[in-house]
Amino acid sequence: MEQHLTEIIIFTALFLLVSGMGFVAARWRRPTDLASLDEWGLGGRNFGSWITWFLVGGDLYTAYTFVAVPALLWSAGAMGFFAVPYTIVIYPMVFLVLIRLWSVSHIHGFVTPADFVRARFGSPTLALLVAITGIVATMPYIALQLVGIEAVLKSMGVTGTGMAGHLPIIIAFAILAAYTYQSGLRAPALIAFVKDTLIYIVILAAIIIIPAKLGGWDVIFDKAQEKFAASPAPGDGILLNANNQLQYITLAFGSALALFLYPHSITGVLASRNRDVIKRNMSALPAYSLLLGLIALLGYMAIAAGTTPIGKDNNTIVPRLFDQMFPDWFTGVAYAAVGIGALVPAAIMSIAAANLFTRNIYKEYINRNANDADEARVSKITSLLVKVGAVACILFLDTGFSIDLQLIGGVIILQTLPAVALGLYTRWFHRGGLIAGWIAGMTAGMVLLYNIGNPVTGKLHFAGSAFPLEKLGLDTKMTIYAGILALAVNLAVAALGTVIARAMKMADGDDATHPDHYLADEGDPRIKDLDLTPGSPKTH
Amino acid sequence: MTIPNGDRSDRSPWNWLLLVPIVLPLLPFLFNSDEPRLFGFPMFYWLQLVFIAVGVTCTTIVYQMTKRRR
Repeated sequence: MEQHLTEIIIFTALFLLVSGMGFVAARWRRPTDLASLDEWGLGGRNFGSWITWFLVGGDLYTAYTFVAVPALLWSAGAMGFFAVPYTIVIYPMVFLVLIRLWSVSHIHGFVTPADFVRARFGSPTLALLVAITGIVATMPYIALQLVGIEAVLKSMGVTGTGMAGHLPIIIAFAILAAYTYQSGLRAPALIAFVKDTLIYIVILAAIIIIPAKLGGWDVIFDKAQEKFAASPAPGDGILLNANNQLQYITLAFGSALALFLYPHSITGVLASRNRDVIKRNMSALPAYSLLLGLIALLGYMAIAAGTTPIGKDNNTIVPRLFDQMFPDWFTGVAYAAVGIGALVPAAIMSIAAANLFTRNIYKEYINRNANDADEARVSKITSLLVKVGAVACILFLDTGFSIDLQLIGGVIILQTLPAVALGLYTRWFHRGGLIAGWIAGMTAGMVLLYNIGNPVTGKLHFAGSAFPLEKLGLDTKMTIYAGILALAVNLAVAALGTVIARAMKMADGDDATHPDHYLADEGDPRIKDLDLTPGSPKTH
Repeated sequence: MTIPNGDRSDRSPWNWLLLVPIVLPLLPFLFNSDEPRLFGFPMFYWLQLVFIAVGVTCTTIVYQMTKRRR
């Protein structure tokens, strides 16, 4: 631990600095009153292009990504680079979708994706399913942010056994929980400035200094190629092979479909001021994709530098590489970037999960008369509980289990696509069909993931997301992303269920939205405002 | 309830341009090759990084061409 003293001091100083900012954030862009979800949970729904860029960038490109993606390249090679096509296709794909979601949410005051589903399909049950899916998918994601911090703490030698060993992470999360409770979404929005600035500086330095020390990019790629040529695993290499190309593109595409279904991504989008802010960000956010692509290559640099992980924890590869290559003080900065990088998404995710609970469970089923202040209070308390849950995941479960849960999370959040994303465009689906589709997609996803093993590690179930097509009776060695298959099942059942429900004349829910609502922009009147005018019909 | 300016629409032929950066990165035969290298990067890596620029260009053009006049 002593040889890491400089790193620990710098890390702690920067960590305390952003914690202070987190508390001060409550007074940033000061609202008259924080006691509503619009203010606490969405930062006033008034963020401009710059804040949104930092906030959503800090939200989507998490510390875990920055640690795990290079670790994947380090161990498997080209397959890990799927993160790049994933984060390219995402923005043009959601460009037109998100502005519709923003507009309809602006008009109706929706805070969560489940709010939208409830109004669109007139089904509290479907909304409940969407809310539960969102919460379940988000929890392990928060836990994984802790894995990111732990990788850094381990590399600084700050580890112990039992509870005491986890003490630093418990303290870090307690501070995070306290300022999120006080400041809401304003805290991660303000901290994101520091986090992203640090990350950009660290990565720029890394891609200039490290290749120069290692003899250039040619050498780095050639050394990686040598390592994979010598390894017995069939799927690795610096290029894709015939059997994993389908997995590469379906994983990239499927992950892209899933990303903006996650409640925390939607929180970032709904916090923006108008449609133009979102559109501009669809062009500006790829700057982070470039960053991610370069960070991914740190995995190959680690191969060329002969970096070894601590124990069997591949996530320590990047921190160890920094330790090896940078002077102590700069390693401290790099570690702080990763550590703070975990706080921003963890805060937003816990806010998003708390909002889902408040709006779609508490208000729907527990206290129908909750006012704005009640909602904010319940969300604040829930955000604390969510963080306790995430810490418990790390304390009591094996880290590998969190990663499995996160893998499952991606597959299950995809099952909300028909109701949330397609729902923005069409009201054709019957609520009964959507519920049936959700059940079928969930079941299919679980069965597929359960049947994915890894012969190299000897793990029989939940060992990845690459489903071998030969298990479906196809004569091929190709694999495909399980989430895509599960979504296909979901869509087929939802369509079939809709046809059957219509044929049987089953009652369908009311649609509280109007086609114009999907095109509204800043300054257009909101339903809530209109409700105050005498004589106007109550819409919900 | 209707909002003012009911003739708004998100439709535009420019939107088709968004398909380019969605489709390109999903065609591995375009980039799954070591040669030619650029600055030491195998084609697999540099071409996919170039696709980021294609994405930025296409979304920027669509945004600029479909801006609503105020």
